[in-house]
Amino acid sequence: MSHVVSPIRETLVGGGRSYHDVTQDICKQVEGEPTKEWKIAFSVSCVIFAYGAYCLGYTWWQGIGVWGLNKTVGWAWDITNFVWWVGIGHAGTLISAVLLLFRQKWRTSINRAAEAMTIFAVLCAASFILAHMGRPWLAHWALPLPNTFGSIWVNFNSPLVWDVFAISTYLSVSLVFWYLGLIPDLATIRDRAQTKASKFWYGLFSVGWTGSAKTWARYEYVSLILAGISTPLVLSVHTIVSMDFATSVIPGWHTTIFPPYFVAGAIFSGFAMVQTLLLITRVAFKLEDYITMEHIEMMNIIITVTGSIVGIAYLTEFFIAWYSGVEYESYCFINRAFGPYWWAYWMMMTCNVISPQLFWFKSIRTNILISFILSVVVNVGMWFERFVIIVSSLHRDYIPSSWAMFSPTMYDIGDYIFSFGLFFTLFFLFAKFLPVINMAEVKAVMKGVSSNYPYKKKSEGGKESVTH
Amino acid sequence: MAGHSHFSPANVEEFYEFTPEARKRVITAMIIGAVLLGIGVFFLGSGEHEAAHAVAGHAAEHGGEHLSGGAVSHHETSWNPLNRLWVNLWMNGVFFSGIAVIGMFFVAVQYLAKAGWSSVVKRIPEAFPKFLYFTFPVLLLLFVFKGDVIFHWMHHGITDPASEHYDKIIAGKKGYLNFTFFLVRLVAIFTVWIVLWNMMRKKSIEEDLNGGTQNFFDMVRIGTGFVVAMGISSSLSAWDWVMSIDTHWFSTMFGWYMFSSWHVTGLATITLTVLFLKDKGYMQYVSDSHLHDLGKFMFAFSIFWTYVWFAQFLLIYYANMPEETIYFLERWEGHNKVYKAVEILNVFMNFFFPFLIMMTRDAKRTPIFLKICCFFVIVGHYLDFYQMIMPGTVGPHGGFGLVEFGSVILFASAFVYVVSTELTKASLVAKNHPFLEESLHHDI
Repeated sequence: MSHVVSPIRETLVGGGRSYHDVTQDICKQVEGEPTKEWKIAFSVSCVIFAYGAYCLGYTWWQGIGVWGLNKTVGWAWDITNFVWWVGIGHAGTLISAVLLLFRQKWRTSINRAAEAMTIFAVLCAASFILAHMGRPWLAHWALPLPNTFGSIWVNFNSPLVWDVFAISTYLSVSLVFWYLGLIPDLATIRDRAQTKASKFWYGLFSVGWTGSAKTWARYEYVSLILAGISTPLVLSVHTIVSMDFATSVIPGWHTTIFPPYFVAGAIFSGFAMVQTLLLITRVAFKLEDYITMEHIEMMNIIITVTGSIVGIAYLTEFFIAWYSGVEYESYCFINRAFGPYWWAYWMMMTCNVISPQLFWFKSIRTNILISFILSVVVNVGMWFERFVIIVSSLHRDYIPSSWAMFSPTMYDIGDYIFSFGLFFTLFFLFAKFLPVINMAEVKAVMKGVSSNYPYKKKSEGGKESVTH
Repeated sequence: MAGHSHFSPANVEEFYEFTPEARKRVITAMIIGAVLLGIGVFFLGSGEHEAAHAVAGHAAEHGGEHLSGGAVSHHETSWNPLNRLWVNLWMNGVFFSGIAVIGMFFVAVQYLAKAGWSSVVKRIPEAFPKFLYFTFPVLLLLFVFKGDVIFHWMHHGITDPASEHYDKIIAGKKGYLNFTFFLVRLVAIFTVWIVLWNMMRKKSIEEDLNGGTQNFFDMVRIGTGFVVAMGISSSLSAWDWVMSIDTHWFSTMFGWYMFSSWHVTGLATITLTVLFLKDKGYMQYVSDSHLHDLGKFMFAFSIFWTYVWFAQFLLIYYANMPEETIYFLERWEGHNKVYKAVEILNVFMNFFFPFLIMMTRDAKRTPIFLKICCFFVIVGHYLDFYQMIMPGTVGPHGGFGLVEFGSVILFASAFVYVVSTELTKASLVAKNHPFLEESLHHDI
């Protein structure tokens, strides 16, 4: 790493924090009693989780006939929710792996929470795969296991099977990455522990971390190797999810731009979700000096870049649908925009393409309230994107006599609510029992970046006052 | 500036001298290219006529004719051997425009991302877009005067229902593929690129003279504007200049496919230029850490190109729809299989070689390995453009002859000449770049 930092760089840790302050500020949440706000929020998510679990249990008991699917629309909310959650699960590894490879130091304050979010989002996505299996106890049949039924194997030609491989690999590597990053911090908490129980548990999970130069060197090597492995993995996951659709011959699904376009969309929605969660966390845990305006701005810029890439992909699809001269393809896109699902299409367009463009204005991308609202808007839009792709392409197939509309039942909605319950329950548990910011890595970037702090004050210094 | 080191900005100013000997060598190369091209054209005019007939007959025998979906089948009888010259010029024009504009794209992205490490090398890519002044008129003139040789959709009467050449599908694309609109787009794309580059270059040189950080922030803005412009113009140029050659065919991925090909070629050219200058004794402050980063870029974007190539191929192969698969079939077994070897080389040179050569850390820090890799990437992507453009234009009359070698030598030496001249116009190091200090201490 470079030891010289240009004075025009923004500071990454505000408030003139010392190393000890970092430890204090972040361990405080783990070591203290749960706050009243946390208890309320956790209880609410448990209630949601319980209601969702009831709906999911009912779905399993009765079968997926309780969903609103019909003979024309055989895939709707289930796969929409699955793709939506997998997409959200992209930001964590992007932040920890890709931004590490690009040496983006600002990642250190947000990577822990983003990686945790990734893991929980992938679990939520997986819950829809299990939900749509009539017999979830046979879920392992999706794996190519040797068996006693003769030569019964999974269908290796099916992108759905590739999905199983890609997502389970992604989940494993993300978990390892997340856990590896936690070890030094767990050791910090172990060393400060007051009770026997916390000494034991944090001690157990910090696997004898000593903090010697040698262990730090290994930590950095392994981080880089994992980053190298995860980067193609991040790309592969949503690529393969896109192939669930694009390998088919359904107009609106079969289009070659899908793989990179889905990946861009996934990063887009993942960053929006990280933004949503971190804006809450920074206020709830008083982490304004760690998750600074610079971080919020950077994430908003990434949201704008990826949102614009998605926008170009939308326009490309639309253009080529016309350019191709293929009647079905053209109809499909006109039907999307002006057919019975026009509202879903324009919802998607407004939320995903137009709203992130507001971040071109500095006053908007540095406004916390608007950033929060827009981050939620983006994920609403990304849900509609999947809904539009899936339902609007299916509901009017080649035979007009079988054209149909889809309406969700309370179990479609309830199973979706289940995933929110699961997600927030896990996230609140994480926020209580584990440090939400990577203390060790934040300390590593403090010296280079924050040492300039006395020499410049943001805004008024931005232009000419970069003198010593 | 936080200068506690020996590298106080004033010390690192350095000017490239385009010596008379170097100038002579480049001009000699240009002349060799022109002579080869001339001889090639002469032989095309005299010798190929009978050979072409033999090939065409052969292809028809093997059912190759219906695979030649593009322009060829329509004017098989009136094949003019000189077409190969025009198509070669077009192909090199597109390929080298890409390398030139990627220079600007690279600089723009560095500013947008506020990257520090690259500030010692940024003057190299910054000089590339000057070559657009050369390729712009070449492409413009070729389109205006020889467009019908390159583009199937420009054939006379093809959108006219009364004509015997009428093609309903192409007529359906008339709203986009017509002479005027295409010309407007061509001029607009080049104008935007050249204007934004000039703005950037002006600010960059001003920064050397005046210091301060205002120019830096201006360049961030210009760079951002350029990235947005490139987001649109890269797809437009791919659709117009290359995809519309195979007029019937379409792929939503194509814009990003061609862009990824341009991008990695540009990165390889930047790396190679830096290495050559280092060999000549310039830019000694470029350390193996900088080379390592350039190598990583080349490695990563070779994989990215492969990703895009593979995704496009797999989806077309999987869905197996005739209007899409024709593209690969034509290249794989159409035209008497003249393009098959190039198809194979395309993937080998652009994926396996850079992937394996650039795999280790040491390789990315060793100039000779980097040079080998740059060579493969540049030649490989030349072949990539060759296989994108040739089958739909010259079809079974394609090949590698004096025309191909002559035209690429001519373009490459012109590129070297123009860029070398441009490099002399400013210090090789942007001495007042706010991140220069970071870059000089870059150590990974």
